[in-house]
Amino acid sequence: MKEYWQEIRALTMRWVRRLSREKFSMLFTLVQPMLFWLIFFGNLFQRAADMQVTQASSYISFLTAGVVVMTVLNNGLAGGVDLLFDKENGFLERLMSTPIHRTSVILSRFIFVTTITSLQVLVILGVAWLFGVQPVTGLLGVATILFIGMMFGVGLTAISMAMAFSVKSHGDFFSVLGFLSLPMIFLSSALVPLAAMPGWMGFLAQFNPMTWAIDAVRPLILHGWAEALPHVFMVIGVMVLFDALCLYGGARAFRRAIG
Amino acid sequence: MSRAVAIEVSHLGKTYEKVRAVDDLSFQVYAGEIFGLLGPNGAGKSTTLRILITLLHPTSGSATILGMNSVKDADRVRKTIGYVPQERAIDRFLTGREHLELLADLYHLSPEDASTRIPQLLKLVELEQQADRPAKTYSGGMKRKLDIACGLLPDPKILFLDEPTLGLDVQSRLRIWDHVRAMRERGITVVMTTNYLDEADQLCDRIAIIDGGRIKALGAPNELKVGLGGDLVSLTVREHDRVELLAAAVKNLPAIRAVTTTPTGLDIRVDSPEKALPAILDAANRLTCQLEFIDYHRPRLDDVFIAHTGRSIKDDQPKAEAP
Repeated sequence: MKEYWQEIRALTMRWVRRLSREKFSMLFTLVQPMLFWLIFFGNLFQRAADMQVTQASSYISFLTAGVVVMTVLNNGLAGGVDLLFDKENGFLERLMSTPIHRTSVILSRFIFVTTITSLQVLVILGVAWLFGVQPVTGLLGVATILFIGMMFGVGLTAISMAMAFSVKSHGDFFSVLGFLSLPMIFLSSALVPLAAMPGWMGFLAQFNPMTWAIDAVRPLILHGWAEALPHVFMVIGVMVLFDALCLYGGARAFRRAIG
Repeated sequence: MSRAVAIEVSHLGKTYEKVRAVDDLSFQVYAGEIFGLLGPNGAGKSTTLRILITLLHPTSGSATILGMNSVKDADRVRKTIGYVPQERAIDRFLTGREHLELLADLYHLSPEDASTRIPQLLKLVELEQQADRPAKTYSGGMKRKLDIACGLLPDPKILFLDEPTLGLDVQSRLRIWDHVRAMRERGITVVMTTNYLDEADQLCDRIAIIDGGRIKALGAPNELKVGLGGDLVSLTVREHDRVELLAAAVKNLPAIRAVTTTPTGLDIRVDSPEKALPAILDAANRLTCQLEFIDYHRPRLDDVFIAHTGRSIKDDQPKAEAP
């Protein structure tokens, strides 16, 4: 067990070190969702969005939940990229030739992605707060938001890693990633409530796990516990299923790739 | 003379989606030797190496490393071996020292052991000055040295090197060879793949020539060369239609072992060159067969390769150099 932690700590530290060497990329990753979605999009649609439809005091306050879950989505789906490069340049093989527990490579990545995403979610909530969005459920609500984000993130990161281990080249990986990410956002309640969507889009969006996550995060920010709790319990149930499915697929892909 | 066996490979086979990458390989690696797997790209040597380092499971047969099965005892095998993958298996954002620190944790070294061994290794491969620079600033040769230091970190009994000098300049290449020889001096068994004939010839104690997933020849480079029998005289004939005529005449001359026609002339194996050469030239003169070029040499490893595989390893060289 002591050895297992030694491996996981060392491998997680590697990701942290890499990030600290890529300062520009770190800044960009951190700032992009806030700047692009929350600040620009949120303010741009302030007057165009109908408050009767969004049922929020401002579009930014409506959008915050969407941006939080979007960040989880993007970080999760990109979570396997570094392993893909490790696989392509042989570094993964080097790691696998050492007497480590096979899962520590994966686990270290989960820990890293989850931590970074959580920090980013906190920053987004902080920026939203500057625009007058205060989660009505307080700190416990924020903790619940982080927990939902983590649960969703684990499944997404597993999908990303499964893809990283299965694709033939990183070109394929990024094509699939690009194809997945935007439709996932548009076909969810991130930007518009389900009820206000064209029928077919609303229908599809119901099956998007992102919608479930947003529907739990949004009342935590806007409305309070009474309205949020049923959604929170629901999303936890859905995410347990989602994660189990993704982890099963990820484990299979990993075993196929590593043997 | 019986020597201690470090690796025993028995009827090893590996099939990928109906393609037989490795087909019924059997060989032994003796403790303390430098053993080379020589062959063109796609010959199956990397697959063999990956099975030995436990990264691939064989579809048939078995590999035993220091008495441990590569599949059943994979974890124990990994503790006793070091592996140097092909170049670039390096994290460009980490410094040289950080690579070694990472691996020290993955081999479960205590902090004390790590802090004594890492500086020793950096010194050994002459990377002390650059140890705290990110690996992306390293030259090809420096990356290779770092690779080797990583391979040596677990203090392995057997070190596996995959194409250790692929794409390196001549200077770096010779330095790497020195390092490999130094490992043998320290009692480490070295198993390496290569598609460079001169590397196999000068560095390896014994080699296995692999082609199409099978062993075509096995032995010390010199034994293999001697085994071919006789020195080689190569003739380049100006008028190609005369080649057959000349071949027929040369066959019956004294001190001639074998004659084969090549696209440009003849390859003749001779027992004693001082008898054979004048006779060959005489025969060519009699037939008024003009010779453009005469080459005479002791058998080289490429001759061994051609004799056993029916083709030159150089046919594949441009592919091997491609990035």
